[in-house]
Amino acid sequence: MRKSTRKKIAQSIGFLALRAAMGLVLAVLFLFLYDIGRKGGGAISWEFLSQAPRRGMTEGGIFPAIVGTLLVTIITAVLAVPLGMSAAIYLHEYARQTRLTRLIRLSIRNLSGVPSIVYGLFGVILFVNAMRFGTSILSAGLTLGLMTLPWTITASEEALKTVPDSYREGALALGATKWQSIRTNVLPYAVPGMLTGTVLGLARAAGETAPILFTGAAFYLPYLPRSLGDQFMALPYHLYIMATQHHAIQQVRPLAYGTALVLIALVLGLNMTAVVLRYRLRRKRR
Amino acid sequence: MSPETSVAKIETRDLDFYYGPSRALKRVSISCHRNRVTAIIGPSGCGKSTFIRTLNRMNDVIPGTRVEGTILLDGKDIHSPDVDVVDLRRRVGMVFQKPNPFPKSVFDNIAYGLRINGMKNKRKLEAVVERSLRGAALWEEVKDRLEDNAFSLSGGQQQRLCIARALAVEPEVILFDEPCSAIDPIATAKVEDLIENLKKSYTVVIVTHNMQQAARVSDYTAFMMLGELVEFDRTEKIFTNPQNKLTEDYITGRFG
Ligand SMILES: Nc1ncnc2c1ncn2[C@@H]1O[C@H](COP(=O)(O)OP(=O)(O)OP(=O)(O)O)[C@@H](O)[C@H]1O
Ligand SMILES: [Mg+2]
Repeated sequence: MRKSTRKKIAQSIGFLALRAAMGLVLAVLFLFLYDIGRKGGGAISWEFLSQAPRRGMTEGGIFPAIVGTLLVTIITAVLAVPLGMSAAIYLHEYARQTRLTRLIRLSIRNLSGVPSIVYGLFGVILFVNAMRFGTSILSAGLTLGLMTLPWTITASEEALKTVPDSYREGALALGATKWQSIRTNVLPYAVPGMLTGTVLGLARAAGETAPILFTGAAFYLPYLPRSLGDQFMALPYHLYIMATQHHAIQQVRPLAYGTALVLIALVLGLNMTAVVLRYRLRRKRR
Repeated sequence: MSPETSVAKIETRDLDFYYGPSRALKRVSISCHRNRVTAIIGPSGCGKSTFIRTLNRMNDVIPGTRVEGTILLDGKDIHSPDVDVVDLRRRVGMVFQKPNPFPKSVFDNIAYGLRINGMKNKRKLEAVVERSLRGAALWEEVKDRLEDNAFSLSGGQQQRLCIARALAVEPEVILFDEPCSAIDPIATAKVEDLIENLKKSYTVVIVTHNMQQAARVSDYTAFMMLGELVEFDRTEKIFTNPQNKLTEDYITGRFG
């Protein structure tokens, strides 16, 4: 009797602690969003979203930065998504599990922990200089793609792991080739998870400053890029400038908050897409 | 070692199997005949699953394994280089211990094996699905639920679904690895009736832990221990007059 009440009390305390921890995290998140929303909300207008900055970025909008970030994210996706998924499929479904594959897997995990500035410098050496793409959308997008690749591979491999082996064996036993069993009986169930992980990786890339700093992001370009070889403005870099480098920091503060709000909306939007996508694909499966 | 004089449908000669360095089968020679049910019995870990999975080369997918000896299907070595393993597995179907329906509709489960072989004709698919489900004694229970997810069926129905799925590709041999160990007695009785029926058209090999089941459904019984074939004979002989002391001890429940 007494023992079981003691257990119950211990359990309630445990739950309470967990709830408190979650509440705290949520509170910080909401406080943060509220603060940015309050300070940046005033700056948001159609003009702000659709026009280039004017008068030394003290007026006007952030349209080129929005376009730049979208373009660079597309390049990132084009590199990281197909390559990441293919690498994961190879590693998980085809490669024999040897010391070498374990080492490769470990290296990939480690690469996802490398600071983004290191990717930025690597991008300068590889894409800007060696491959002569110059400072451009292409170089920046590829750099971000490299940075995102380990995340996509890891997330995709985790998603493949959740598909039971009995689906693979069942297909093989019916005379499916290995690729048929993967394509028809593994990927359909892994893709929602793969996409979620991938989109989260892309959202993270879209918000990065360091990797694009030396590879293509421009301080101030009041026009839109005309090709992938052009420099571009990007939301995170623009925000960084507005918040720390601008000659009239106090004056442009509302614009900076507005930029932050747009960037956050973009990233949250991408994350929501991932959630919705996963939900929809899961339901279709039922 | 062949208790029947006709040519075997599928036959192993001195079959050895290795998981890495450890030897799981030792010189196993068994022949299975058309329109007969061959049961494999023996204590846990004696190599029954290993044996049955060598017959459709399912063990190929486990890294580090090795086969020695010969397996003949219609007299032809299934490891010879001109045998396509995909084709072999279509001819030698398998039903697993745990029902493993795919997370698709009942219809798509049965049609799976045909679709991967390129059949698209909806009418033909429908005909095969119905025939296979009837063959697995499941049609009456699911004919109105063909579009439901296979996971919504009961365990016993799922296992018969897997049997129907195997039948759909028209195999010549069907391997069962403890098909009833995860389902209840009533469902077991249905599957046993089904196996009885299947032998009219197929060569059936069944691994079972259940001695009564082996006695009920099989024509021949192989008793294995520690990777070795101890005795292989007509089922009634094995159960009434075993030649080997170990077999007798096992079937009378003195160990195992
Ligand atoms: N994938 C594997 N890797 C290494 N050893 C294995 C593997 N599968 C089985 N073995 C070993 O091979 C031997 C035979 O196993 P097997 O699964 O064929 O036995 P079984 O007769 O089917 O047993 P049970 O009745 O419990 O299913 C056992 O010693 C087992 O530990
Ligand atoms: Mg077994």
